[in-house]
Amino acid sequence: MNLFEVLGHYNYWVFSILLMVGMYAVIARGNLIKKLVGLSIFQSAVFLMYISMDKVEGGTAPILQSGNPGQLYSNPLPQVLILTAIVVGVATLALGLAIVVRIHERYGTIEEQELLNAD
Amino acid sequence: MTIIFSLFLLTLLVIIAIAIVHTRNLFVCIALMSIFSLLMAVNFFTLDAADVALTEAAVGAGVTTVIFLTALRLTARREKREGTKASLLSLCVLGITMLLLIYATIDNPTLGDPNAPVHVHVAPYYLEQTYELMGFPNVVTAVLSSFRGYDTLGEVFVVFAAAIGVLFILDARKGTGPEYRPEQAGLKHHLIPKAVGGLLVPFVMLFGLYVQFHGEYGPGGGFQAGAIFATAVILFSLLEGEQAALRAVPRSAQMALVVGGASLYGFVGVLCLLMGGTFLDYSVLMQDPVIGRQVGIVAIEAGVGMAVCGSLLSIYHAFAARHPMEGRDESV
Amino acid sequence: MSMDLSLHLPILQVIVPLLAAPLVVLLQPRNLAWAATVAVCLLAFAIALQMASRVLLGDILYYEVGGWRAPFGIALQVDAVNALLLVVVSGAASLAALGCRESLFAQIEPRRHPLFFAAWLLLLAGLSGMLVSADAFNIFVFMEISSLASYILIAGGPDRRALLAVFKYLVMGTIGATFYLIGVGLIYMMTGTLNLADMARLVPEVADQRPVLLAAGFITVGLALKAALFPMHVWLANAYMHAPHAVSVFLAACGTKVAVYVLLRIDFSLFQAGNLDHSIRFALFLMPLALLGILVCSAVAMFEGQLKRMLAFSSVAQIGYILLGASLLSEAGLTSSLLHMFNHALAKSALFLAAACLSMRFMDLRIDSLAGAARQMPVTSAVFVLGGLSLIGVPGTAGFVSKWVLITALLEQGEQGMVMVAIVLVSSLMAVAYVWRTLEVLYFKEPAGELKFAEAPPLMLVIAGSAALLNLVFGLMPAVPLALSQQAAQVLIGGAP
Repeated sequence: MNLFEVLGHYNYWVFSILLMVGMYAVIARGNLIKKLVGLSIFQSAVFLMYISMDKVEGGTAPILQSGNPGQLYSNPLPQVLILTAIVVGVATLALGLAIVVRIHERYGTIEEQELLNAD
Repeated sequence: MTIIFSLFLLTLLVIIAIAIVHTRNLFVCIALMSIFSLLMAVNFFTLDAADVALTEAAVGAGVTTVIFLTALRLTARREKREGTKASLLSLCVLGITMLLLIYATIDNPTLGDPNAPVHVHVAPYYLEQTYELMGFPNVVTAVLSSFRGYDTLGEVFVVFAAAIGVLFILDARKGTGPEYRPEQAGLKHHLIPKAVGGLLVPFVMLFGLYVQFHGEYGPGGGFQAGAIFATAVILFSLLEGEQAALRAVPRSAQMALVVGGASLYGFVGVLCLLMGGTFLDYSVLMQDPVIGRQVGIVAIEAGVGMAVCGSLLSIYHAFAARHPMEGRDESV
Repeated sequence: MSMDLSLHLPILQVIVPLLAAPLVVLLQPRNLAWAATVAVCLLAFAIALQMASRVLLGDILYYEVGGWRAPFGIALQVDAVNALLLVVVSGAASLAALGCRESLFAQIEPRRHPLFFAAWLLLLAGLSGMLVSADAFNIFVFMEISSLASYILIAGGPDRRALLAVFKYLVMGTIGATFYLIGVGLIYMMTGTLNLADMARLVPEVADQRPVLLAAGFITVGLALKAALFPMHVWLANAYMHAPHAVSVFLAACGTKVAVYVLLRIDFSLFQAGNLDHSIRFALFLMPLALLGILVCSAVAMFEGQLKRMLAFSSVAQIGYILLGASLLSEAGLTSSLLHMFNHALAKSALFLAAACLSMRFMDLRIDSLAGAARQMPVTSAVFVLGGLSLIGVPGTAGFVSKWVLITALLEQGEQGMVMVAIVLVSSLMAVAYVWRTLEVLYFKEPAGELKFAEAPPLMLVIAGSAALLNLVFGLMPAVPLALSQQAAQVLIGGAP
């Protein structure tokens, strides 16, 4: 594997690292907001993985240029999927935050350990 | 040059992610989260994903940050230090998983390889056919609103679900809580935010309109436009206070946008079905199938924009207009 | 222009509840949102029955959304594998909405009805969308609709612990869905397509490459999380326990089964077709977890003090039966697995409907506090008896039929099979124990005070009673679901997507 290939895989490595960093926050942190932040990073990592697929060497964003027939374009499909996934991520996050707010109102805390002791 | 820049950006992403997890101050954490999203957007842009970059910047760095901050106001500012029994073990497990993942991705096609399977199957069809079938150049918009328009319909309903969910969950008021009359009047007494922000609002709106109606030709479309519009109103509300923003776009109008946007999308789909096509086959809407598709796409993009804008606004207001003491149990 | 609606049945199954949801939000007057929801659920049920009857005759219903042929557009497909589950999902939505009217009105303030019922319809639409879709990414989108909707519905539970339960469910559900998304991304990376049939054609060419193996792992674990396969079931018990009773009925009947369906569909058509190694890995992964789940969760149910939690743990054990059948990789095994999805839905909806009826007269659903309830609520208790018998698998009930098919399939496996038969029998005895424990309290324990006859409201009783009777009907006449399950098992074994 030469250096260029190594660099070409760097995106996937960052994907793996971010995935685990997000997961760590979800598992090991007791604060519910922190868990949601971790979930967000976790999802962002997946966005990066998808978008890394779309790149074509020498290509440009997939908006067709009429005067330039030989132009290479990047792949539009992963972009469409991730547009959807970003919105799904925000929707989940908003719902999660609403639940956390209600938990705080009814328990007075959002720390996992204190919540487990409360009931 | 681009490669070095990308490497730098990606490394920065990892560092920020670790800082986000590490900090105990939740405000710092959210601020870093916003930077993380912005960097992610730049990264998407260098990877030729202009539409995604725009969305990530507007939704991830903009709206999400504001919603997080309003939620922090209602909950806690700092994370408590807890026993880290689980964390060491999970760190080991996750570390091993990460190495496995990296090992497994060695077989992945190299970044930018034009002969990778994703570039030779399905996607070329979109790139070749879009202009002929739709008559406009933005292939992302074509795939989003027509080839995979059914996914996008689903996505609009995900946003709709989030909006009604937040309203439903935060509506569980007991009636004993104090009625919220926000006394703070926004940032209008602060000269610089007022002057700069006040100037920005109309331009952000204008930009939103441009993104909405130019989505067939350049990066943009309903999602981005809806998010940008929502951002403008949120900015207004930060400057002039909650009540002024709610007078400008009342809750009923927000709900009307959500319901109207989602229904408009569905209605266009059903209309196609009634006019002899399959669901969401816009080509039957007009005599000329290309024009039919364009009409259909403009209509559903408008629906998307309305639904996204209305949803984000109603979610924001559900958090922002809530009193920190509202809905409290007497016991806590 | 003439239009034949029957051509559009697959999409109508999804868009009828989906597009009705925003309209229900507008229905403020009392009862109207509920009535509209019931009407839409029944309509969806009628569509599902219509499609199932055509599939039974050998049809496969295929639909191209937007007029784009696959793999360029999104295709829908209804065959034997999903037709039966569509009936289960829409039937459960209708039964739960109809049969828990009073319970819902007691638990959810009228002001919040429009939003609640909109979420109800979104859950139905999301689950139906996952079932009919023949596109891997589209399944993700509808999975998220159904997940968000179920978070909303569970958060409607009156106890504050519902919030904790739903938060846990949200985190684990999101991780599960994201794992699935990673898996789909990796397969897309290696094949360039999202359509399941197209993937099935292309995956064998790259089946030995690491990203595909990784994809199989992510998809299996992600969906196992969603399906609450032991030991990934920790979110389920409290979620079912604290949800509003109507939501427990709906989710217990079909919530996790749709994830099981997606797991089977993808695994059998993409990874196992022509790949013996993968089939063995699939069996080796699922079989021990299924067996452990059956034993451990049945044992937990035996000692659980809360009625609804006990039923929830029994559900995880039943998921074990469903996956045990699938892990045999044989036609008989898969038949038992698909049939059990149907029969277990019948038994559990009867039991949870009985729980909802009990809740109308008993504030607290701890088993000990239900002493003597049979005198006060004889019909409800009878429903519980029938549902319980079906859960145990007593001959004459629906539960017996699928257990019988499962045992037959296990016996085909030789000596190893005998051990598993023994485990199934032991766990059935455990089911006898936990059902009997409840019945003993209902019928034979002396109540603390004098209890007068006070049954649940008539509509609830009628629906709960019919659900219980369905267990008898399909126990004595199992031909139709059995035929569909056999057909479905053949489709899955054949590897056709």
